[in-house]
Order: sequence, then C-alpha cells, then structure tokens
Amino acid sequence: MQLFLEQLTNGLAVGGIYALIALGYTMVYGVLKLINFAHGDLFTIGAYLGLTLLLSLGLTDHLGPLAGIAVLAAMVMGLVAVIGALLERVAYRPLRTSPRLSAVVSALGASIFFQNAVMLLYGARFRVFPHDLLPTTAITLFGVNIPVMRIILFATSLLLMAGLYAFVQKTRTGMAIRAAAIDQGAAKLMGIDVNRVIMYVFLIGPALGGVAGLMVGLYYGQINFTMGWVYGLKAFTAAILGGIGNIPGAMLGGLLLGVIEAMGATYISMAWKDAISFLVLILILIFRPTGILGERVADKV
Amino acid sequence: MLLRVENLTVKYGNVEVLHGLNLHVAKGEIVTILGANGAGKSTTLMTISGLVRSSSGGIFFHDRPLHQLEAHGIVGLGVAQVPEGRRVFTTLSVRENLHLGAFTQTDPALIRRNLDWVYEMFPILRTRRSQLAGTLSGGEQQMLAIGRGLMANPKILLLDEPSLGLAPILVKSIFSTIREINKSGVTIVLVEQNARLALKLADRGYVLETGRIVLEDTAKGLLADPEVRTAYLGGV
Ligand SMILES: Nc1ncnc2c1ncn2[C@@H]1O[C@H](COP(=O)(O)OP(=O)(O)OP(=O)(O)O)[C@@H](O)[C@H]1O
Ligand SMILES: [Mg+2]
Repeated sequence: MQLFLEQLTNGLAVGGIYALIALGYTMVYGVLKLINFAHGDLFTIGAYLGLTLLLSLGLTDHLGPLAGIAVLAAMVMGLVAVIGALLERVAYRPLRTSPRLSAVVSALGASIFFQNAVMLLYGARFRVFPHDLLPTTAITLFGVNIPVMRIILFATSLLLMAGLYAFVQKTRTGMAIRAAAIDQGAAKLMGIDVNRVIMYVFLIGPALGGVAGLMVGLYYGQINFTMGWVYGLKAFTAAILGGIGNIPGAMLGGLLLGVIEAMGATYISMAWKDAISFLVLILILIFRPTGILGERVADKV
Repeated sequence: MLLRVENLTVKYGNVEVLHGLNLHVAKGEIVTILGANGAGKSTTLMTISGLVRSSSGGIFFHDRPLHQLEAHGIVGLGVAQVPEGRRVFTTLSVRENLHLGAFTQTDPALIRRNLDWVYEMFPILRTRRSQLAGTLSGGEQQMLAIGRGLMANPKILLLDEPSLGLAPILVKSIFSTIREINKSGVTIVLVEQNARLALKLADRGYVLETGRIVLEDTAKGLLADPEVRTAYLGGV
C-alpha cells in the first residue's frame, strides 16, 4: 500500500509534466487540426534556456531559490512562447491553405531543425542542472514519504493548468479560442481574428511546454537534446488518451498516463516503463480513438 | 447606397463561379437573392463577409471597400451574416453563442440590450440559455443563429437560407421575425430557395444563374415575371 501511494505521487508529478506538454498538442490540434511535431523540441528548448538563464543570471542568488526559479520560469515561458509564435509564422502559416501533408512535413522539418540547433549550441552530451537549488527533503504523510520537490512540481502544474482553464473558460480570448476550434469560418463571421487566435495558441502551448522542460531539468537534474522526443511522444499519447483537441482531456490524460507509467514501472518492470506508454497509445487508437473525453465534447478545445 | 457589389468575380482555384456580379442594397431595404443550387448565392454572401476573396471587382459598404478588409474588420463595420446551415457553436452553450455574436461589441450596456431584444424575440433561447447549442432542435438552432447575428448589432444582416429544413409553420414565424428585425432598422439581404415567401417579404430581388445576375426587379415585378414563375415559383 505504501509503495502504491508513493508511486501514485510520483506518477502524478510526472503526469503533471505530461499534461502541460499535452496541452500544447491539443490546443494546436484544436484550432488547426495539425499535430505540431516540433512541440517536443520546444519543451527541450525550455529546458536548455532555463539552464542557461539559471547559470548566467544568478537569479536564485539574488532572489532566493523559490522566487528566483519562479522568475526564471516566467522568463522561460515568455521566450519559448515567442519561439512558438515564430514557428507558426515561419513553418505553418504559409502552408495554411496547402494540403495537410505539407504542414505535417513542415512540422517534422521544424522538429529536426530545433533538435539540431540545440545540439549544435549546447553539445550532444547530457547537461547537468545545479542540484543544490531546491529542497531535497521529504515529508511523511500517512506513512508515505513524499519528496518536497515532487509536491512543488505537482502544485506548479496544477496551478498552471487551473490558470489555463480559467483563461479559456472565462476570458473573451479564451472563448474565441474555443469558437475557432469548433468552426473557424463561423468564428470569422463573429468578428474573431482567427490568425490572432492561432497566434495565442502558439504562445500558450509552447509557454507551457517550455516551462515543463525547465521543470524536468530541475526535477531530474539532467537534460539532453533528444529529451523532447520521448516526452513529446508521451505527451502526445496523453493528449490522445484524453481526447485530442480537448483541453480538460489533455490534463486528465497527462495525469493518468503518469500514474499508469509509474504503476507499470513498479509492478510490472522498470524496463518496460516507456513501452507501457506506447502500449497505451496503441490500445487507445484501436479501441477508443476519440479518447476519454473525446466523444462527449468531441470538438471542444 | 448602403452596399454596392461591382463587377465581382470569384474563383475557387481555377474555376470561376461568379462572373462580374453587380448588385446594390439601399438602407432599410429587404433584398432577396434567388437562384438554383450552385448558382453562387452563398459564395456572394461569403465574399461580402470576407471569408472568400474576390479575384476582381469591388464591394463597398457606405463607400468603404470591404474587399480590402479581413473578415473580422467587416463584422466590426456592421455587416453580419447568418450562414447557410446555421453553424452554431455546437459544444458551447446558447448564452456563449450569443456572446460570441457580440464579439466585436465593446459597450456592455448595448450588449445587454441586444441580448434582451434577442431573448424577447426568441423566448425559447432564454429558457435554453445554459444548454449546449448542439442539443437544440433545428428550428431553435436557426433562431440562435439569427439571434447570434443580431448580437453583432449589424446595420446590414445577410441571411443565407434561414428556412432550410424547417417546418412550414416555423418558416412563417422566422420570416415574420425577419420583417420585425428589418422594421427595427436593420437592412436585410435574404438568400432563399423558398422564392415565393422571400418575394412576399422583400422589396426587391435579384435572380442569380450560374454566377450571373439574369434578372433584377421589385419583388412584385419578379412575382409577376413569367420566367420567374416557371423557374422558381413552380409554374403557377
Ligand atoms: N469551397 C469551395 N470550393 C470549390 N468550389 C466551391 C466551393 N464552394 C462552392 N463552390 C462551388 O461554387 C458554386 C457556387 O456555390 P454556392 O455555394 O455559392 O451556391 P449556392 O447558390 O449557395 O447553392 P445552394 O443553393 O446549394 O446553397 C458551386 O458550383 C459550388 O460547387
Ligand atoms: Mg448556398
């Protein structure tokens, strides 16, 4: 039981990260019906930018670890958001009216470009985050040991997800995003600037993906230029699991996949951890391609 | 003249579907555009709304060139459309749909007033305001689509086949609502398959055949026209 609860908290923490990345896939799919294959690399870029800023600005020295990292996270979000919006402008917008395959090829090209750019700039070896920044202690709750870091991680993802949900549900722009995901033409007839909506989506998704990269760096302590591939694929699985195009679905799918994976690694085999995720993807695609929330609210972002 | 369409040519890919269209609408009028399936009626409205680009010719609203504007700017000027097939946002609530109609509006008091007006016109929408639009009946969805168009506070409302798929009794009620909307000061362009009803409601009309205006007259004149009678009024 104790092991189970421990793995549950572990799964939720990792799942929160998957959820943050999955939101980027799902929101872009919602408005453009396009899988942004470069999204995983934006996650990688978030991790590397985070490391660079962390080492060069000394924010944690001036502001203390928590405030320093909060400012750092905000900066990473802002920078990766700008890269995301540029990606849309350069790689996707010119192909908006072309056949879908062109945009898919462009997405794959962008992914290869980003991955190689990171490798050229930072090298192919693992880079290490300073590991004395965040608390390494654990607290004991109902006899279960939970690292404080894990709690911070999970709380941060929850906070970001709640913020996004409120934004999408309550604001004018959020309503425009939802409308454009249902029917772009009708959204235009409402006076919604769909290009602007798409830009917002390419700001928000990459911002969340980028900060997830930073969180992974801080949590595991090391990053690599290919990390976006595995995380991207898992987050994509999470998005499909929840129902692609569906925002609450991506959140649920991410958390669920994190937990499934943690349980699988514990009770089946550690070596099968990654395989389990892909098994989930295959099973979902075969038995319920619309995902968990996909049917009821199929075309909701 | 409130709206002028001049020598409008529209192509889908290499296929030209409007070949130099001319029409005009004066303030306060109800103008109907009749035509068989595929004549280009929806294309005309979509081009006015800026969702389809013209390849030549111009569209002027109060002498402002609409064909140079983006779709969202056109709505902002007061040109709203209720599209063919309603196209309500099915997974959003009725209330959200109506608020989306007012997307270009910034005055909360005006939005409130228009919302009250729409609810007064279609009381069922008030009852169903928290329901998802996709769960409404076809007739209710048409009411929602019209109400949503009115929320943009339009000077001119383009209606594309509002009677499509509705029972005759509902069509009558929708048409009397259109008259009411017009009386409140909104100019109407009405695309219809139901030529008889449309001509009874309209002041003037155009007949569109494969991308060309072939007839243009007062509604009375068109109702009496032998060609219109055989082609669009079932030969009676
Ligand atoms: N998106 C499109 N791409 C290519 N061709 C199109 C497109 N939309 C319409 N067309 C063609 O343009 C012509 C005019 O179509 P349009 O929808 O304007 O006709 P309509 O008069 O509204 O017909 P209906 O009464 O059936 O609604 C048709 O031949 C149609 O096939
Ligand atoms: Mg049509």
